[in-house]
Amino acid sequence: MISTDLLLFFIASSLVVGGGVLVVTVKNIVYAAFALLVAMLGTAGIFLLAFADFLALVQILIYGGAVVVVILFALMLTRIEDFKGLTDNSQKPLAVLASITVLTIMMYAIVSTAMPSSKSDPVSMIDLGVNLFQDWAIPFEVASLVLLVALIGAVVLVRQDDEGR
Amino acid sequence: MTIIHFQFLSAILFSLGLYGVLARRSAVLILMSIELMLNAVNINLIGFVAFRGFGQEIQTFGQVLIIFVITIAAAELALAIAIILRIYRNKNSVNVDEMNILKG
Repeated sequence: MISTDLLLFFIASSLVVGGGVLVVTVKNIVYAAFALLVAMLGTAGIFLLAFADFLALVQILIYGGAVVVVILFALMLTRIEDFKGLTDNSQKPLAVLASITVLTIMMYAIVSTAMPSSKSDPVSMIDLGVNLFQDWAIPFEVASLVLLVALIGAVVLVRQDDEGR
Repeated sequence: MTIIHFQFLSAILFSLGLYGVLARRSAVLILMSIELMLNAVNINLIGFVAFRGFGQEIQTFGQVLIIFVITIAAAELALAIAIILRIYRNKNSVNVDEMNILKG
């Protein structure tokens, strides 16, 4: 008899793998962006099953919201019609070979390493927040600085040359 | 549900992302595949954090680590999209096969 959480895990992981397969195979690039959204929501489900409620929320907000929207904007600004028929390049057989090799090596490593598995007690969201803002306060601020610099850099990069300078 | 399920899912997703990075021709699609690979890493990490019988302290640390990974991934995505838009404006294409001006 299959347990409920295992069943939920298989549902979520089929979303993740199905979305991932569509992202790397589908011809229409907008469909690929929506398949990425499905994969990200499946990952949020995986986070929920691993007792990481806050991470699931963050995953839905950042990936489901921000990342997919930004990618759709990039597709819109770079003219979708150009992509028809040039989604795969000539090294496709080599890419299949490389990814299957990597998959085989990783599967072998996973199977040959007996990893004892025992469920931990779930962490409360309060503990996570306290830990993040006490022990990891400085790295947290540095991360926000990195984000700020990256966004300013992005704005400077895409600015028109003939204005503001 | 044990740790090995998370490891298998992560390995499959990482290989899919690797295939996408190598086989796709549009820079935006390559970016999406990189996001898939980052997600595979996060799934592996959360599997280890939650199913290895760690105490509260290490578990919280693992989740904080994943928050940082997501932050850096967002910064990387913003910069990459900006670079792609810039290349599109200069070369009128996002096909990575045409980006070969550094070729010796």
